Formats: sequence, structure tokens, C-alpha cells
Amino acid sequence: MTASAAGGPQTLELRAITKRYPGALANDEVSLCVAPGEIHAVLGENGAGKSTLMKIIYGAVQADAGEIRWQGIPKSIANPAAARRLGIGMVYQHFSLFESVSVVENIALGMAGTFDLRRLALQISELGDRYGLPIDPHRLLHHLSMGERQRVEILRCLLQQPKLLILDEPTSVLTPQSAQRLFEVLRKLAATDCSILYISHKLDEIRELCDSATVLRAGRVVGSVRPKEVSGSELARLMVGSVPPTVHREPGNLQSAPRLSIRRLSCLPVDSFGTALRDVSLDVHGGEIVGVAGVSGNGQAELVSVLSGERTCGSEMLALEGMPVGDYSVSARRSLGLAFVPEERLGRGAVPHLSLGDNALLTGHGRGLLRRGFVDRSRVTQFARDIVRQFGVKCAGAAASANSLSGGNLQKFIMGREISLQPRVLIVAQPTWGVDVAAAAYLRQQLIDLSRRGAAVLVVSEELDELFDICDRIAVMYQGRMSQPRPRAACRMEEVGLLMAGVGSAFDTAA
Amino acid sequence: MFRLALEARAEPQRFMRLGAPIVALLLTTLASAPLFWSLGLNPLLTLKIFFVEPLSTANGISEWLLKASPLVLIALGLSVGFRANVWNIGAEGMYTVGAICAAWLALHFGEGMHRWLLPAMMLAGALGGMAWAAIPALLKTRASANEILVTLMLNYVAALLLAYLVNGPMQDPEGLNYPQTASFGPSALFTPLWKGMRINGSVFVTLAAMLLYWAFVESSFIGFQMKVSGIAPTAARYAGFRQSRMIWLSLMVSGATAGLAGMMEAAGPLGQLSPVISPGYGFAAIIVAFVGRLSPLGVLLGGLLLSLLYLGGEAVQMSLNVPASLARTFQGLLLFFLLSADVLIAYRVRVRRRQ
Repeated sequence: MTASAAGGPQTLELRAITKRYPGALANDEVSLCVAPGEIHAVLGENGAGKSTLMKIIYGAVQADAGEIRWQGIPKSIANPAAARRLGIGMVYQHFSLFESVSVVENIALGMAGTFDLRRLALQISELGDRYGLPIDPHRLLHHLSMGERQRVEILRCLLQQPKLLILDEPTSVLTPQSAQRLFEVLRKLAATDCSILYISHKLDEIRELCDSATVLRAGRVVGSVRPKEVSGSELARLMVGSVPPTVHREPGNLQSAPRLSIRRLSCLPVDSFGTALRDVSLDVHGGEIVGVAGVSGNGQAELVSVLSGERTCGSEMLALEGMPVGDYSVSARRSLGLAFVPEERLGRGAVPHLSLGDNALLTGHGRGLLRRGFVDRSRVTQFARDIVRQFGVKCAGAAASANSLSGGNLQKFIMGREISLQPRVLIVAQPTWGVDVAAAAYLRQQLIDLSRRGAAVLVVSEELDELFDICDRIAVMYQGRMSQPRPRAACRMEEVGLLMAGVGSAFDTAA
Repeated sequence: MFRLALEARAEPQRFMRLGAPIVALLLTTLASAPLFWSLGLNPLLTLKIFFVEPLSTANGISEWLLKASPLVLIALGLSVGFRANVWNIGAEGMYTVGAICAAWLALHFGEGMHRWLLPAMMLAGALGGMAWAAIPALLKTRASANEILVTLMLNYVAALLLAYLVNGPMQDPEGLNYPQTASFGPSALFTPLWKGMRINGSVFVTLAAMLLYWAFVESSFIGFQMKVSGIAPTAARYAGFRQSRMIWLSLMVSGATAGLAGMMEAAGPLGQLSPVISPGYGFAAIIVAFVGRLSPLGVLLGGLLLSLLYLGGEAVQMSLNVPASLARTFQGLLLFFLLSADVLIAYRVRVRRRQ
């Protein structure tokens, strides 16, 4: 920003970029400028068009109209390789790394031309030292934490000496402390005149880190602000278009006997890159929500699949209302009043190509939807319609296929279906992942209401804000172990963050 | 440099789905014309002999339906499993064992049972097929053995079992040492529907199976569960649909239909057992199931088509004296175009320029 005032060209300038997909206008005449050394935020809800815009800049998608100027000169960027040649680097939210080879080999794989592994390893170490991204180039990738993997992705970009670095929701996989370290790195990088495009929907981060921000809503620019000069609620209002809703929580009526108890649960990982559960114990009572925090990949996937019954464990390791059920099948547990909302909506929680009716039948068949082994179509349709109406699912009716719904609406449907089963115990993984702010607040309220009606609710989430918003008690998972849950009022965000990074004695073995 | 890529279409058109077989048939005709030409045959005449001649007489139609019936019956049973990704390719073996069990009843009780013999043979055929199918089901559910390999290999075991039986224990003592059983008595045979033709009441069994399959697909909960297991196994596990139940059901149903088809063939056109009792029905039925897209009506049409290809192939061999391989090439072309049309309905081909 200030650099351009001195007369130099902008690093990147977008003029009236428009991109239309069948049935949706992803970007509608979006313009923005990034100066050398500027940290520029692109802020917006899921589906606001941020990702499309970044893909256009990175050459992965072509714009229908508009102009991209790179250092003052109009350029068309045909593909990501061309973008990299110009000096644009991108760190995606989901990493594109190979698990079974080392850091340096991963980086070499993405490079054009020939390479010398030994020299490359040296370069990586040097670069890492310079920017505070220490990493051993010879470590195998599957030994690395998510934060370390992100370092690899960033180093891969830095090796190309980029003039613009794009980061897509970089802190979604980090503990609060690692996020702070990432910010240091980005500031150092900006000081060397590298521009940074920072995509996020987290307002605090943007206010802390970014010099300027472009706010997108429904594909259009609705504001360009200096985030340090406006309040968080002002930013939120710009992003959502109205005052964001908040959740109401009344103290619950805690029942004395736990409805779900996990007793010294240990099990092997799902695959060779998973995490083994080690001696996990937890009680969830009717009337409360217990949150499980943690950076993804610390055993949460294993925990929920053992709780749901998709995997079984020792009979005594798990009890529903006092009855040992560790070796029970999914359907046996469901008939005891367990319901489950998985993290993956399409393909696990719902069948993509089937109608909402069929997807209601998927777990709702116990609710009088069958007659002598045959499906009662009219009741199935009615059940699906009830869910759609009650939970405000935006769709074309009960015959719409699950994959025609947006992520947020499908989540409303799945959550609605499981809540309609009136579960005694509900397990929810990532309840609002990828869901817009209004729908997320709604879903959180539904969870609170369910628990206040007496159900035991266990929420596994990577979003600390969310857990602090709805939970009565919070526990943390780290490398397959679980910390003692603590009442939310007694938790501080920083402490939980340290636990997520494995710091502290909470994970020492009981022995 | 160009690169071809398949891209999923948002919503396959219903019209195209219905029109695809016709387009495939036209393309087959076009592609086979030069083939016939190069052998000195008149393409139009050849096609007429292939497709029209076999159906030009009442007897031809009887033969057509008679051949289609076991194909459709077996394919219906296989489709149950294919919907749940249980790949039974051992129908040929189950068909053989079904025929053997039915034949054993026919040869031992041919005199006494009369009215109840044929139903008993049907039961024996179905049970024989199921017993044969129980082997891969047991191995798959208990030892995770791949059902494709097990069912495939059991085909050969069944064929050898049949060869042993007709050369030994079940051989006709008055049969001049030919490897075949005695002919079944009249009460062990289906009576022809019309005099002078071979078509018999067993086609109604196939029709009944079609109705059952239709009910299974359209409205049974177990059919729904199997569909979900097939298209989204993770969702099926999430919902608690038990995999082992699907495997057992798939293999039992396909075993029963294949065994029944074997019995119908033995008690129908064959009337006795010999080392070869099938022109490959068990394998052709796999094609029928896929050409029919696992739908009840589709399987019926697929069975009729494949049966016609059998008859047409024989007809051109006989009247034009062409080699058997040409008839097979033609059948292959047709299936190629049918399946490609199917892919192109669901996907579009995109040409991408590589830089």
C-alpha cells in the first residue's frame, strides 16, 4: 500500500474478475490490489467466492471476464506452473504431500527440472533457519504434525522465491500457539517485500496480522477496510451482511449417572498413518455437552468410530447408561439410543446420489418407516419433509439428492435427522465445519437445546471458539491420549492451546 | 500435446439413457459392415440373417425365449449381489451343481414321485446352487477371501465334478459307455407349451423371479441396504448395515437362481446330463446384468438381446458358413458400443491442452 504511493507498481491487481459456474456466480466483478510487502486479507464466509478467486490468481481456474495485472503488466495465467514461474506460491488448506517419503523428497517431487537432493536439503535447512521454520529435511512426512507439514508447504513455496504467497485458511490446522509462530514467519516474509494474500474467516487473526482486507459476500466485494482500524463486530457485519446471531445457553440439569462412559479405552489406529488410542477415559452425563478439542490427527477419528460402533472395542471399555457395549454393532448401539453425526457428510453421513428421503431412511428406519421389510415411501417422504421444515434445510424438497445441497444445508439435514431420532447420547464430529456463520449458530443452538432436554452430547471439534461457545466441559486429545475434562468456566483458551500442543503433565500416564 | 479426460456430467439425461442402446446398435452395424465386406459377405444380408432370420418363425421365437430364460434368471440373481458390490462370477458352477442335484432326483425317483418330482427337482436345483455359493460366502465372511477368485475357481471344480459324475457314478449303464446320464423320465421333464416346440413352463419361473426382483429393487429395505453398500460402503457402515448379511444374501440368491436355471435346462431342452450342459450361460449372465444396468426390465431386455446374439451367431455360421470367431467378434463389438454409450451418458470427454 505505502510502496505503491511511492510510485512502484502493485504486486498484483485484479480488475473486475468474474467467474460463473452453472447455477452460481462465484466471482462478480471482483477487484483488489496487493502492494509489495503487504499482508492482504481476503475475508468471507464459506461459499463467498474466496477459493475461486485464489484459484484464478494461481491459474488453476480461468476467469470468464476481467483482468489480472502482475507488477503492472496485464497477464493471463494459464496454469499453476505459469503462476509459479511468475513468482506466485500457494499453500492450500489441504496439503498435497506424500506420507511415505521424506520432507526433501516431497519438495523435490514438486519441482520442475533436475535436482540434487543433498543440496536441496541444505537449502531447506538454511531457509528454515532464516524464517524461523525449523525442519529436518530427512524426516519422513508421516512423522510430522500438521503444523510441521504446513511448514513443508510454506518452505516449498519459499524455495521459488515468491513475490506473492497465498495461504488458504492456514490456521485451521494449528494450535493457537503455532498460529502465533506462523504470524511471525509471515511478518518476516512481508518485511522482505513479499506480498501475502491471507484467506480466512477468522476475524481476530485478520485484525492482528493483516494490513488491509477485502471482504467478499456472495461473490462480490462488499468492503475494503484496514482491519486494525475497525472493530471485530464491524468486520463480522460486513462479512455476514447482518449482525451475527449468538447462542443462548442456560445451565443444564445434570443427571448423576453418566449416559456415556469411556473406560480406559485403547485401540489400534485405523490405518498405518492413524493414531492409536491410549487409555482414554471420559464420562458424559445427560444434560451436558462435553467438548473434545485437539489438532486433527490426534486420535479423534479413531475415537468417534469406536464410539459410533463402526469399529468395536473391548466390551467393558464403553458403556451406554451403565450397560457395557464396546463389542456392540452400530445398529445395536443405535437401538439403545445412540446417534452420531460424522465429520464426512457426503459418503458417510449421507449417500451423495440418493434423495433426502432415502438419506432419512439411512438411519431413521427404526422410526416406523418400514412395514414387513418393505419401505413405506409416504412415511419416508414425510419424515424427510419434517426434517427439512423443522431445521430450515434449503433444498428442492425430499426428492432432491444429497449432493445437490450446500455443505451447510446438508449438515443441517444430517444433524436434523439424528436429532429427530431423539437420541439419549449424541456424538458429533466437526458440527459446523465449512458451514456459514448463521447456520453454524443455528446448529450450535440445536445441540445446546438437545442437551438441555436431557441428552448427553459429545462434540469433537478443531474450532476452539466453537467448543468454548457451547460446551459445559472441555477435554483435549493429544497423540491418542485424553486430558481430564474441565468445566468451561475454569478453562482458559491459552491453557487448552498448550494442551493441544502436548505441553503440560495432563497426558502423563496414570502409572 | 492433448490429453483426454472424462468429466462427470451433472445430471445424465433420461432421454439419452433410453436412447443409448439404439445408438449402440446402429454403431455396431456401421462398424461391422466393413468386417463382413472384407470376408466377401453382403453386410445387409448378414445382418438380416443375424437379427431377423432367427425370429422369423414361431419355432425361432420359442428357441429365442428358451435361451433367454436361463440368462435372465441367472442375471437377476447376480444383480442382487452386484448392487452391493458382491462380485459373484461363479454362476456357471452353481448352475452346474443345481443341474446335478436335480438330475440325481430325476434318476433316483423318476418312477415314484410323479406330480411332486418336478417341484422337488426345482427345490433341489436351487439348494444345490446355494450350497455351492455357500463356500465363497463362508470364506469371504470368515476369512475375507476374495469372492471373485473363489467363485471363479469353483466354476472349474463344478465342471470337473460333472465330468466325473457322468463318467462314473451317474453314467447311464445302458449308454454304450458314452459320458452321459440316462434320459430323464417324462415326469422329470417340463412339458412343452406347444407341440413341436421346446419352450416350456419354466419361463414362468423366470417371469416370477423378475417380479420378485422388481419388488426387491423398488421397495424392500434389504434392497435399499444393499444399494447403499454398493454405492457408498462407508455410509452403509455408518448406518450399521451389516456387510456379512449382504454377502450371504447376495450369494444365496444368485446361487439359488443359477441352480434353478441349471435344473430348468436339464429338465427342459437337455433331458439328461452330459459333460457340457451350458453354452456359457453363467458368464453371459454377467454381461446381461450389466447391459441391463441391474434393473429388472433392463435385465429382461439384455437377456433377450444376448439370446438373439447366440441364435444369430449360429444362424450365420450355418447359412453363410462363416467362422464362429466372426459371430463372437460381432457380439464383442455390440457389447463394446453398449458399454461405451453407458460411460458417455454419465461422463463427457474433455480435450485438455497440455503445456
